[in-house]
Amino acid sequence: MTRTLRNPANRLRVMLFALIWAVAALTLVRPAHAEIEVNVNRGDVQPLPVAVPAFGGAQGADIAQVIAANLQRSGLFRPLDPASFVEKNLTAAVQPRFADWKTINAQALVNGQITVEGDKLKVDFRLWDVFQEKQMLGLQFTSSPENWRRVAHKISDAVYERLTGEKGYFDTRVVFVAESGGRGKIIKRLAIMDQDGANPSYLTGGDSIVMTPRFSANSQEITYMSLRPESSSIFLFNLETTRRESLGAFAGMVFAPRFSPDGGKVAFSVERRGNSDIFLMNLSSRTSTRLTSDPAIDTSASFSPDGAKIVFNSDRGGSPQLYLMGADGSGQRRISNGGGRYTTPVWSPTGEFIAFTKQTGGEFHIGVMRPDGSDERLLTTSYLDEGPTWAPNGRVLMFSRETPGGPPKLWTVDVTGRILQPVPYPGAGSDPAWSPLLN
Amino acid sequence: MIRSVTGSTLFRLALMGVATASLAACATKKPMPIRNDPPPAQTQAPPRTELPPAQPGVTQLPTGALPGSAQDFVVNVGDRVYFDTDSHDVREDAKPLLDAQSTWLRRYGSVAVRIEGNADERGTREYNLALGARRANSVRDYLVAQGVTADRIATISFGKESPVDSGSGEASWDKNRNARTAIVSGAN
Repeated sequence: MTRTLRNPANRLRVMLFALIWAVAALTLVRPAHAEIEVNVNRGDVQPLPVAVPAFGGAQGADIAQVIAANLQRSGLFRPLDPASFVEKNLTAAVQPRFADWKTINAQALVNGQITVEGDKLKVDFRLWDVFQEKQMLGLQFTSSPENWRRVAHKISDAVYERLTGEKGYFDTRVVFVAESGGRGKIIKRLAIMDQDGANPSYLTGGDSIVMTPRFSANSQEITYMSLRPESSSIFLFNLETTRRESLGAFAGMVFAPRFSPDGGKVAFSVERRGNSDIFLMNLSSRTSTRLTSDPAIDTSASFSPDGAKIVFNSDRGGSPQLYLMGADGSGQRRISNGGGRYTTPVWSPTGEFIAFTKQTGGEFHIGVMRPDGSDERLLTTSYLDEGPTWAPNGRVLMFSRETPGGPPKLWTVDVTGRILQPVPYPGAGSDPAWSPLLN
Repeated sequence: MIRSVTGSTLFRLALMGVATASLAACATKKPMPIRNDPPPAQTQAPPRTELPPAQPGVTQLPTGALPGSAQDFVVNVGDRVYFDTDSHDVREDAKPLLDAQSTWLRRYGSVAVRIEGNADERGTREYNLALGARRANSVRDYLVAQGVTADRIATISFGKESPVDSGSGEASWDKNRNARTAIVSGAN
């Protein structure tokens, strides 16, 4: 994160700016100019102080709170304590008194106004560069009053995008496996919540073990595995229509489903006589192609965002490692080369990283590497971390973490490894799958 | 049984004790002329050592598990064998139990089984599903090699979803790496 804010009146800030400029010139995605800019690629800089006073109108404090919490959890921003605010009752119709916000060293200011007209909720908001004394963004959202949290998420995304130059990820949901009942008699239900843990609800009833839900990258559709003592199945489930269908009957177990980037295919594993291989089903023709035929375990296929390649997990070399192949199964080669056991590869939406679970000795890690296996970085360490899923902008990973004997909990870590925190969802959860940005 | 036998013995002893006491009481209370007769109580003393010995108790239970039943299989044969970490090789110490399973399954030829492979929690979900499937198939292959017809054996993997020991530690993990032979039909 880089703060490139210039204020000629402040020598310290000019010096700081000059220092950061040298770094920023090398790393910034877009050309740096005089306004605030936050660099998501750096993990060693202080988060940007931002003020998000209560919006005017009903639920104005609630909306401001959701925005501030989103920005804070990103790790790139530090929302200031509202008690420190000098200017009160700011409205979107009047320019802020910048001096009041400079006093508390707010670099950016987000303010807004809510009006309810009939069954419509209208929210105007503005993003200000306090020291430049300029508006950076002004937008109006209209929705229904009960949808106020989504409006807050959309404002968060707009602020994040304006300040970082990258798409946000706040107006998203997470499908996961909600666990209850305690160890040994666990009930697993598919559940969905907002990315900030709000609005959780169940999608399945708990009569079978459900696992590994995954989102389509371009629709509100998921695929997941269901396990009963008699058989396993892969389901497709449309969250908007609630239509659920099986991928079909197979000889042997089926598991580890994942959509192709265009949503038209599902890669999955079929186990037959103890041998697991990766297959690819065309969802319109319902025909399957076999992609691997090694006698070892081949599973956990994940597509590159262009759909041309697949990273997968295989123990053909004696221990579970990560392998790459063409989407037609061609050119299979190993990419993981550190010591330890690598599983659950998942390609980032931007294509630049592959996230994975790594086991070394008695510990588990979430890590990332380049698609050629280089630049491996471990982001977390614990008794059991597992199953990363990418936020749609490729900047944050969600995964599940277990302590010895404890229930799994959902956590997030940013791609620099600096910002590690639990998801504010109170229950036990595993196998998270992050949605694309909602429309 | 044992309790009632013991109880009646005590009762009998108690009665005799009362008789002795009352005779002794008679001897002291009644104004009788002094004589040199030996006190009758002595000749009437309870012959403790001559009591018939208590009968041993007889315990009644149903006969053992019905031969050919699922209970018979679980109790008298054993339904679960264990594996080493990250391995699906049938261990030497598992072979006697699997030999007994195949003998039992050949005797009761209408029984169909499902072999459920399990893994410990020290692995990720999908890999452990595949690993559990390998373990189930190792057991299947062993039983088939011992003469159990293949079409009587189904397999499934529960991965790490169905631990028999909910603890965390080597002892628990050792138990959770297993394959269980579950009877699904045809048993008595």
